[in-house]
Amino acid sequence: MTKKLLEMRSITKEFPGVKALDNVNITVNEGEIHAVVGENGAGKSTLMNVLSGVYPYGSYSGDVFFDGQLCRHQGIKDSERLGIVIIHQELALVPYLSIGENMFLGNEQQRRGRIDWHKTHQKAEEYMRIVGLQENPHTLVKDISVGKQQLIEIAKALAKNVRLLILDEPTSSLNESDSKNVLDLLLRLQEQGVTSIIISHKLNEISYCADRITILRDGSTVETLDNQSAEIPEERIVKGMVGREMTERYPARSRKVQDEIALEVKDFTVYHELFPDRKVVDNVSLKLHKGEVVGIYGLIGAGRSELALSIFGQAYGTKASGKIYKDGVLLELNSVPDAIRANIAYVTEDRKGSGLILSNSIVHNITLPRMDFVSQGMRIDKDLERKTADHYRESLDIKTPSVGQLVENLSGGNQQKVLLGKWIFSQPDVLLLDEPTRGVDVGAKYEIYQIINELVEEGKSALFISSELTEILGMCDRIYVMNQGRIIGEFLAEEATQEIIMNRIMQDSKGEIGA
Amino acid sequence: MNSMRTTFRNNLKQYMMLVALVALVIAFQVLTKGVLLKPMNVSNLIFQNAYVVILAVGMLLCILTGGNIDLSVGSVVALVGACAGTFIITWGWNPHLSILLCLGIGILIGMWQGFWIAYMRIPAFIVTLSGMLVFRGLTLIVLNGLTLAPFPPAYLGYSTGYVLDLFPSLELFGVRNTTSLLVGILIAIIYCVTQVVGYLGRKNKGYVVEGVWALIVKMAVTSPAVIWLFYILASYRGIPMVLIIVGIVLLAYSYFTSHTVMGRHLYALGGNEKAARLSGVKTKRLLFLAYVNMAFLAAVAGIVFAARLNSASPQAGQSFELDAIGSCFLGGASAYGGVGTVGGTLIGALFMGVLNNGMSIMGISSNVQQVVKGLVLLVAVAADAISKNKLPFNIPRFGKRGVESQASVES
Repeated sequence: MTKKLLEMRSITKEFPGVKALDNVNITVNEGEIHAVVGENGAGKSTLMNVLSGVYPYGSYSGDVFFDGQLCRHQGIKDSERLGIVIIHQELALVPYLSIGENMFLGNEQQRRGRIDWHKTHQKAEEYMRIVGLQENPHTLVKDISVGKQQLIEIAKALAKNVRLLILDEPTSSLNESDSKNVLDLLLRLQEQGVTSIIISHKLNEISYCADRITILRDGSTVETLDNQSAEIPEERIVKGMVGREMTERYPARSRKVQDEIALEVKDFTVYHELFPDRKVVDNVSLKLHKGEVVGIYGLIGAGRSELALSIFGQAYGTKASGKIYKDGVLLELNSVPDAIRANIAYVTEDRKGSGLILSNSIVHNITLPRMDFVSQGMRIDKDLERKTADHYRESLDIKTPSVGQLVENLSGGNQQKVLLGKWIFSQPDVLLLDEPTRGVDVGAKYEIYQIINELVEEGKSALFISSELTEILGMCDRIYVMNQGRIIGEFLAEEATQEIIMNRIMQDSKGEIGA
Repeated sequence: MNSMRTTFRNNLKQYMMLVALVALVIAFQVLTKGVLLKPMNVSNLIFQNAYVVILAVGMLLCILTGGNIDLSVGSVVALVGACAGTFIITWGWNPHLSILLCLGIGILIGMWQGFWIAYMRIPAFIVTLSGMLVFRGLTLIVLNGLTLAPFPPAYLGYSTGYVLDLFPSLELFGVRNTTSLLVGILIAIIYCVTQVVGYLGRKNKGYVVEGVWALIVKMAVTSPAVIWLFYILASYRGIPMVLIIVGIVLLAYSYFTSHTVMGRHLYALGGNEKAARLSGVKTKRLLFLAYVNMAFLAAVAGIVFAARLNSASPQAGQSFELDAIGSCFLGGASAYGGVGTVGGTLIGALFMGVLNNGMSIMGISSNVQQVVKGLVLLVAVAADAISKNKLPFNIPRFGKRGVESQASVES
């Protein structure tokens, strides 16, 4: 008989005008890994906020039982005392504090008000061993990779004597090997008796590690599936999330790759911005044909974004050398405006950090890269501008009452569409798409793929950077594999498989060590 | 309809400030037993606050670039006044050319500070703190610690005089200065005509148009307000020259921020510098120009203020920077940059001005006045922060905001 560790009964949480959660029920057994999935806005984070006490007892209806006891959390401190620890999607580590300091932040190893640093670092090492991390506890957090930072977050939770670990999108900014590392850690912790709830958009990861899966849709529980006895196909989960059958994960496009070369990059080398003797992009040459989607796959840190950014008017790096030809003409791209005028667009991987002006309206965001299209001289034609934005709202199906709406009020998927719309508006021939579907739900992903297909069918070409191998294989005509700043392989879509590509990277990394 | 509601919500803070300003005016009108809106006092209010408005507009552009402020403007006001005094009073130069020269000095000061801030990446706070000391010191050196006075009429005429009455014998509606009243009526008519023409133009081109009622309400509120202001001015000595300077500054910068490409880029820069740079905005140049412009407007304010004092004083302009910064934040500018309007800043400056003037008429001591002003500023900015939910913790009581922040967490 398995013991129920957590039971949430008929949880209803209302915000004025919106029912974020409507009679949600969920039970988590002791020692299991329980996945919670759902589209953006389905209520996953709200549910976790109820559980962890962000929304205090009384602000929702329904009951939360932990270990058989009714919870009346007034804040996060209360839930942490019971051993419920939540790790948020955005990592909450302080970059300029050391690993040890971060791990015991708010939980300091103290004696009569004085911090015992010896004990702090000793215990930090102990927990780092558990999560399989070999670092000096004195290292500053800013100096280690995101993958390792995620492990530190987990170690930090363990240091609080966690009984129920909640991970909100733990792998959203990790590459595949780091992601697997985190998931394997969860499985190992499970053997030691730690129960966890994992929220994720990545269904393959959920199938990999979850024992049971609860699906939320529009604030209600749809169903709880058992993944332990028989593995559930991803299509089955998607169907529960969107309420309809999604047979095609990647929309088909009529193949019209033309012979003409749209963009050619030759012998491109770029050095690191802060350490000018470190090569970030190393002698890269690549071609994009008209009407072609070319994938660039590589682990995080392989130099993919840096490559795209430095093609985009040297927006990254120093001492760039090499040549860029567009339609056979040698280009001199020294600034971002140069690149935009040459009809190149870079759609960033970080829409909030470097893509959108969140405090501005949809209109202002869309027209920003080419204000000259909607102005005479210095004067903006506001009516034309609005009409243009309305056009993109309709053609990209951006869900908003008005294009005057501030972008910060839109959901992630709609923000991503505004970002795409902004760059489509700039009339590019070549789009450098950096993780164009990061952090958006399955439905919005499909729409974004369709938009990309429409663009290349018009004869534009796209460089498609992604950390999801399945997405690269599903969308691209040709794939370059990058590692350590170099291109180490080129495959046609027909001949590429996940194994071939991963093997190529592993071999290359091995060669590095051998040499 | 939806779009109108969105626009309304986006500007809610400003409407709230406007309502607060009207309430404040009514309150002081009662408390001062009608003195506040007496023609002479209204004229005084304009003279007292002209330089604050000019400085605040420049400060707004700096704040828009990302919450950067300029602490040196008070010292620049003093230095420019000192230069004007030296050129005109001590050396007897032509006042008109001297004014141009002073504006040039302002631009040079701006280039100096802008260079360090934009191209050398030194925080604006530090560069302008240094400027505050350097330019105050230079003022003392230029003036040798003394006050120069008086200025010749040719200099004073630019900002302390009144517009000439063209019809001295006519006393339309019993006002002393008929020209002023006519100008007010003319402005109201021009305003209505441009509104209607713009409305019809958009309608003809088939763009989304706001409701006819919104247009009528807008005209029915604004036109009488304008005519009423000029009626009051006409009942005293007419339109102060300085009002024309302030009017030009307000119109020009209001147009600049809302209708020009560079103005738009300013908001983008303050909203998200990285995104702006990756969208082709020349961020460094823009930051540089914002500070050049700030010092230029500080020079304008310096000339206006020296004329009002009718002297070049080494102590001129002290703590002006605080009035200017306060006006921007009261008027809805975000301390994080990227949000704020010229109209809002004007409202903020008037709010401060009326508060000062009203309390002075009531005979409240200046010590208490400072406490009140400080608290008002804090309350206004705190209200802004709470409504934007930029607090470190989620406060579920502010329910409506909660949903939105929820949505962004989900993404």
